[in-house]
Amino acid sequence: MTLAAQVARQLAARARWRPLEIVFWLAALASIFLLPSRHLILTEIAILGLFALSLDLILGYAGILSLGHAAFFGLGAYAAGLLAKYGLVGEPVLALFAAGLGAAALGFVTSFLLLRGSDLTRLMVTLGIALILREIANRYDWLTGGADGLQGIVIGPVLGAFAFDIAGHVAYVYSLSVLFLAFLAARRLMNSPFGLSLRAIKGNSLRASAIGIGVDARLVAIYTIAAGYAGIAGALLTQTTQFASLDVFSFERSADVLLVLILGGTGYLYGGLIGAVVFKLVQDALIDVTAQYWQFWIGLVLVLIVLGGERVKRLAAAAGGRIARLVGRRPKLDAKAP
Amino acid sequence: MLTILFDGIAYGMLLFVLACGLAVTLGLMNFVNLAHGAFAMAGGYVTVVLVNRLGVPFLAALPLAFLASFVLGALMERTLYVHVYAKSHLEQVLFTIGLVFMSVAAVDYVMGSQQQFVGLPAALQGRYDVLGVGIGKYRLLIIVICGALTAALQLILVGTRFGTRLRAAVDDRRVARGLGINVDAVFAVTFAVGSGLAGLGGALGAEILGLDPIFPLKFLIYFLIVVTVGGTSSITGPFLASLLLGIADVAGKYYVPKLGAFVIYTIMIAVLIWRPQGLFGRVTAR
Amino acid sequence: MSRNGLVTASAAIVLALSAVDRAPAQDAVKIGLILPMTGQQASTGRQIDAAVRLYVQQNGANVAGKKVEVILKDDGAVPDNTKRLAQELIVNDKVAFIAGFGVTPAALAAAPLATQAKVPEVIMAAGTSIITERSPYIVRTSFTLPQSSVIIADWAVKNGIRKVVSIVSDYAPGIDSETSFKERFTAAGGQLVEAIRVPFQNPDFAPFLQRARDAQPDAIFVFVPSGQGGAFVKQFAERGLDKAGIKLIGPGDVTDDDLLNGMGDAVIGAVTAHLYSAAHPSDINKAFVAAFKKANAGMRPNFMAVGGYDGMHLIYAALKKTNGATEGDALVGAMKGMAWESPRGPISIDPETRDIVQNIYVRKVEKVGNELYNVEFATFEAVKDPAKAAKK
Repeated sequence: MTLAAQVARQLAARARWRPLEIVFWLAALASIFLLPSRHLILTEIAILGLFALSLDLILGYAGILSLGHAAFFGLGAYAAGLLAKYGLVGEPVLALFAAGLGAAALGFVTSFLLLRGSDLTRLMVTLGIALILREIANRYDWLTGGADGLQGIVIGPVLGAFAFDIAGHVAYVYSLSVLFLAFLAARRLMNSPFGLSLRAIKGNSLRASAIGIGVDARLVAIYTIAAGYAGIAGALLTQTTQFASLDVFSFERSADVLLVLILGGTGYLYGGLIGAVVFKLVQDALIDVTAQYWQFWIGLVLVLIVLGGERVKRLAAAAGGRIARLVGRRPKLDAKAP
Repeated sequence: MLTILFDGIAYGMLLFVLACGLAVTLGLMNFVNLAHGAFAMAGGYVTVVLVNRLGVPFLAALPLAFLASFVLGALMERTLYVHVYAKSHLEQVLFTIGLVFMSVAAVDYVMGSQQQFVGLPAALQGRYDVLGVGIGKYRLLIIVICGALTAALQLILVGTRFGTRLRAAVDDRRVARGLGINVDAVFAVTFAVGSGLAGLGGALGAEILGLDPIFPLKFLIYFLIVVTVGGTSSITGPFLASLLLGIADVAGKYYVPKLGAFVIYTIMIAVLIWRPQGLFGRVTAR
Repeated sequence: MSRNGLVTASAAIVLALSAVDRAPAQDAVKIGLILPMTGQQASTGRQIDAAVRLYVQQNGANVAGKKVEVILKDDGAVPDNTKRLAQELIVNDKVAFIAGFGVTPAALAAAPLATQAKVPEVIMAAGTSIITERSPYIVRTSFTLPQSSVIIADWAVKNGIRKVVSIVSDYAPGIDSETSFKERFTAAGGQLVEAIRVPFQNPDFAPFLQRARDAQPDAIFVFVPSGQGGAFVKQFAERGLDKAGIKLIGPGDVTDDDLLNGMGDAVIGAVTAHLYSAAHPSDINKAFVAAFKKANAGMRPNFMAVGGYDGMHLIYAALKKTNGATEGDALVGAMKGMAWESPRGPISIDPETRDIVQNIYVRKVEKVGNELYNVEFATFEAVKDPAKAAKK
């Protein structure tokens, strides 16, 4: 067999859909019909999941640590809000694309600041960019509404046919569809030679460049794409809540999404989605129990997950390992894990 | 003009005492301790309780705040942190953010969510006017204490056996271990001292920065800026970075109040693009 | 981190748990209380939550033959949380009221929902003037910032203050108070030398205060949100502004009862105009303060607490008037023009604007016994929101 054929077969094997993946998406589809009363929080989960997926593209696949991913989320959110408010683009799907493009443009420009430096440096540069954007949004309040948030956004019906309803059904189906399509695209991309070259860069960028992979160009490309994804997630938030506030840029939002992604695991695309489901539902359940002190318990959960990781791993080794194989995950961060 | 400079220095010194422990832990163990601010908060609240409820004089409460955070740091290090050193950075982030959440909610539960203030003795309130330069008495105290601490730290690092071991361990942990240096013990002590210093900073800073349960989150960004701009390979780096940050922040707010918050972030990004290892950092082999 | 097994399992469990629909109890009137219980504004949420619980405890959980149930949610003062929580409360829990709202953006985010679902939105904290105009279902029991800012401007002019620097937090309520103060003050011949806006989340006031001091005004007009007043006053004293003869004036948010005792003697003499002081000399208030302290380990109620207390009173009274009917238009109709005696003094709901009409008191911080209090010395009766009056 020629090398090219071998590579092609490898790639095809990677791209095959595993049973558990299908189960995952069927469950998501079922939630539309089975959990109508939970559509509001599910919408939020879908948006957070998409946002975390976008972070996974750069952290899990290219190894760029970001604490300012909200910059793109926020830009998308405000872009969608302004487009709708001033009637420039009335149809949500088009506006979504426009917002994504805007965020991708910002991602492209800022990606050049991230080519040098350590994890910590990148962490702080991304954080700084997000905070500066927040200040800009705060300063130009004639456009953005400043600290009051962007008011008076009226979003037209999706595809001209489905108007948003108060129970959030349309919003959920819309968000889930966007998430699914975005996921498909990301999955396709990450199983392509481009995705493989990113993994090589993440593994060892020096070696990657030695075998002829253009490191900088690829980092710029993936950062731009991820920024576009984040922008779409932000635009979805604005469209489904008909509202945008400065909080879309906040440090807390960047930190939360990082938390969600780490919780779910990086580098296999589902981490962000699973993390979002777990984090949001646990948080929601805890707020129901104690609106004032829920943070304590969620903190405890995080600490225990890390501390108990080894023991849980041993217990769940069999099951976990199988699931990992089933979803086609190639463990990256936990090279030490048994 | 000079008043602004003075204020900026005091603010910067305070930031240094708060953040230097973080710089050392990051440089030494390559450990991301986002919960560093929680130790500062602990020191602050210990001082509030001592001074306001038990009537301990403020100056006597300061060493106690250091001690409390020192002990807390040592305990946490031995019981919890040791299990996390070997894990990935991302897991460390998860772990320490979890600790921050817990500390925030716990303090809210015990002390309430409102801001706390330390009852300062009258002698420390108000300010001197020296040749038209307004010098806040309290800020002067901060500069004196933090300056002395910095000098002491530098002397310990350079002049003592422990300091030599610590520097060796920061430079190359594996080789230091090979030379028979007990890196874990060195680290445990350093961690506790760093926590203690943060606690002292929290006690001193309660008056100026305000003290409420979200303190560890509110100032996390500032700590991280100090560490990244200053680099983690020495303590002079973070020290100078703190001063720079303090002065820039105060001067920015004074001269261009409309741009106040832009100033420090812009400086930070500019510095990091120019010197990705930090302004005073060295490129290490790691 | 190969804990996929764990993650997937827990996800399944949580999903299963959350799938259980909460069955709505029959004949209960539900009130969705959305407050910032965590984060920067947590002290506001805590005061209001405590006041609401106190009201229910004092007045029983039954009104007009129906059981009242309060559902507390934490939005952390993040508006998109507020919106989602309000929506869930309306759609799933079928609440008859949404109430609370710690900050203006949160109140505004929920406004379209109130209109769409015809559910009364009772604002217990947020103080920007425009809020009540955003939905015909919004009713406010807290305050508007122009109410007190205008009064303090009048007082300043009368008392020989000519030159003022303003320092306000850079968000809607701050800008509201700056604007209304400036208009009234300059119209009466005063001079606003400089208007400084400080970031909403601001660790250090010192540079701004130094700038204000260097302008050598007679007084500094200040608005900072509830909870930040303490840090401001500390810095005010540390800069020696009190010694330099510069007065501290403003709406009463800065001398918040919740924090006043911690501020130290530097704050003595600060003159503010506000709707409520824990030292308000009425029997109702004395009983209220005593009961509040007893129920909350000695915590002193502030103006946020009375906003919550009166909000609950308004809800109870409206339910009594409609005989327990929970139709939104009927409830808002019942609330309009409602007048009663609150711990802060006589108040009413303006039938035209659905905003609160209340006395504004001019107070000075004094030492009463061992504690600091805002002692009221002048009263302006039945003040309507001046910003809305000006628009007519």
